[in-house]
Amino acid sequence: MATSMEEAAKAERSNPDALIEIDHVVFGYDRSRTILNDVSMTFGHRKVTAILGGSGCGKTTLLRLIGGVHPVDRGEVRFDGQVVDSRNAEQLFTLRRRLGMLFQFGALFTDLSVFENVAFPLREHTDLDETMIRDIVLMKLNAVGLRGAAKLRIAEISGGMARRVALARAVALDPELIMYDEPFAGLDPISMGVAANLIRTLNDSTGGTSIVVSHDVEECFSICDYAYLMSSQGKVVAHGKPAQLAASEDPEVRQFIRGEPDGPVRFHYPAPPLAEDFGVRA
Amino acid sequence: MEKKSVEILVGIFVLLGMLGVVFLALKAANLGTFSSGDTYALYAKFDNIGGLKVRAPVRSAGVTVGRVVSISLDPKTYQGVVHVEVERKVQFPSDSSARILTSGLLGDQYIGIEAGGEEKNFQPGDTIKQTQSAVVLESLISQFLFNKAADAGSAAPPAAAPSGAKK
Amino acid sequence: MSAVVARLGRTTIEVLRILGHHATFFVELIRACPAALRRPYLVVAQIHAIGNLSLVIILASGLAVGFVLALQMYYALVTYGAAESLGLIVNLSLTRELGPVVTALLFAGRAGTSLTAEIGLMKAGEQLAAMDMMAIDPKSRVLAPRFIGGIISMPILAVLFSTVGILGAYVVAVLLIGVDSGNFWSIMQAGVDVKRDIGNGIVKSVVFGFICTFVALYQGYEAEATPEGVAHGTTRTVVIASLGVLITDFVLTALMFSTP
Repeated sequence: MATSMEEAAKAERSNPDALIEIDHVVFGYDRSRTILNDVSMTFGHRKVTAILGGSGCGKTTLLRLIGGVHPVDRGEVRFDGQVVDSRNAEQLFTLRRRLGMLFQFGALFTDLSVFENVAFPLREHTDLDETMIRDIVLMKLNAVGLRGAAKLRIAEISGGMARRVALARAVALDPELIMYDEPFAGLDPISMGVAANLIRTLNDSTGGTSIVVSHDVEECFSICDYAYLMSSQGKVVAHGKPAQLAASEDPEVRQFIRGEPDGPVRFHYPAPPLAEDFGVRA
Repeated sequence: MEKKSVEILVGIFVLLGMLGVVFLALKAANLGTFSSGDTYALYAKFDNIGGLKVRAPVRSAGVTVGRVVSISLDPKTYQGVVHVEVERKVQFPSDSSARILTSGLLGDQYIGIEAGGEEKNFQPGDTIKQTQSAVVLESLISQFLFNKAADAGSAAPPAAAPSGAKK
Repeated sequence: MSAVVARLGRTTIEVLRILGHHATFFVELIRACPAALRRPYLVVAQIHAIGNLSLVIILASGLAVGFVLALQMYYALVTYGAAESLGLIVNLSLTRELGPVVTALLFAGRAGTSLTAEIGLMKAGEQLAAMDMMAIDPKSRVLAPRFIGGIISMPILAVLFSTVGILGAYVVAVLLIGVDSGNFWSIMQAGVDVKRDIGNGIVKSVVFGFICTFVALYQGYEAEATPEGVAHGTTRTVVIASLGVLITDFVLTALMFSTP
């Protein structure tokens, strides 16, 4: 599947192994704050790549830029060699049919049932008849282990189950790229294990490419092939295979990987000296 | 909600709306009384149309037989020209007269047509020649006062000038 | 002094910006409508949610207003011996004014707030963003059907309000007070014109439907993605829609009914 896509791409590509390339991107929602400062990343075909970092470092923003939701201020985002232009509605339409996104809390349609949610993209984008749709939906639900929950309403399922339903929905059209926005946040250990397992198995069995945005180092390292670590200034601090990052001597990397409370990312919010606040003579 | 039952309910909703419009149009308004097209035009010139309004009824012997369509001023004779539409099945002799009457004491004004005796009837587009203008309240009062003053003047000595006489 | 002028300038620019934002939203909504019309079931489902589910309050209010109008107008008219005109007065009040306006106000309160809350929560739960990422335009799929549904529902509700009001007035005037039934209807029929009174009333309610639904959708879409944001949004919907309806009513009445 990926090879024919490579051949079909017309534009020149700097890296034929990469499905997505972030090329020196600078981006901010408004003039006052720049979220991404000269970020460059590549996401290889059939690989699970993780983007790690604290809150507010721009990880989710990156996913939005890949999906073409906002235009970049500087630099390029390339999908399969083509520059993503968020103003070109036609290009976005075709681009988005090739990707699936798992939102942080599922973003399921609360007025529909589990079955209806997974069937949604099939009904909107294909002309398949109901029997085919039913089969596909049940297969996807089976892949995430929720075939028996098809009739339930969204209000009746737990958070972990909701994530899995959202995952089934994201892969309903068998996309080449699946993006996960904080898939482990707020889950119990079992659900986290299930989620991590699903991400890896789906990626391998479909031959697709996955991008996982998270701040859960342990789960990510257990499933990803490559990882990028971002700082709160919107820069890439380090990148490499999980083993490389774990062994890194860089203090910023070490602090994040090991979860140390104080290091390059300070514990104390900037404040006047203690003596001043408590009226104690130094 | 089942798809089919939703559609049925919405169908009922829209049907109710349409029935409501039909009810309002027929029972609550004057749609059912006159169908335009079965009428012919007549014109009448008045010195003073008083308070006559467009859509005022045209009655003969108290029965409504038409409506006032438009009122305008004849630039040459300075008379008010009233265009009425009368039901086609009601024909008037060509010497019929038209008066502006008031329904009740202080009610709306309407046009009353009194049938004449001629053999021939009005043709569509004809003008009614014999008309009587509306009674204007001010003229009525001044006339009354003038008459009163005249009576008082003839009874009193001629030397005394009638005071308060208005003309 | 210059601070006051600066503030005035900033406020003016902000108002202009908001106006422009409204206009852009309106244009995008209109452009999304043809796509929504190609999926008639979406519109039908919304007419059900907006129109059918408002029937109870509209009919109940219509009946109540009809009762009260008959009662109040009777006391006013009977002093002039004009109690026979009760039917006419009630009809004109309802079809020209109260039907469209009161229905619009109730609509803003019931359907408007529910639309705002629904859209606001969908946005907060990232449902609209998810649709966007699935290459489905949320405006055609979610907003436009609701817009069209509102515009269709409103005139129907207003007509039903007036109808029920007249029937309610009949009950009070003829059955309870004892006004003559024949006169009640005939004087009404003589004085109400289909095109002028009923027709204009329907035109008004369509315009009000536009206003209420648009405001509700805009406030929902632009609400902050927090519980407080959605709460503020629903309040704003009711306030802005109600004011919009009342002011537009004045303009429309002047346009439609100034020449007797």
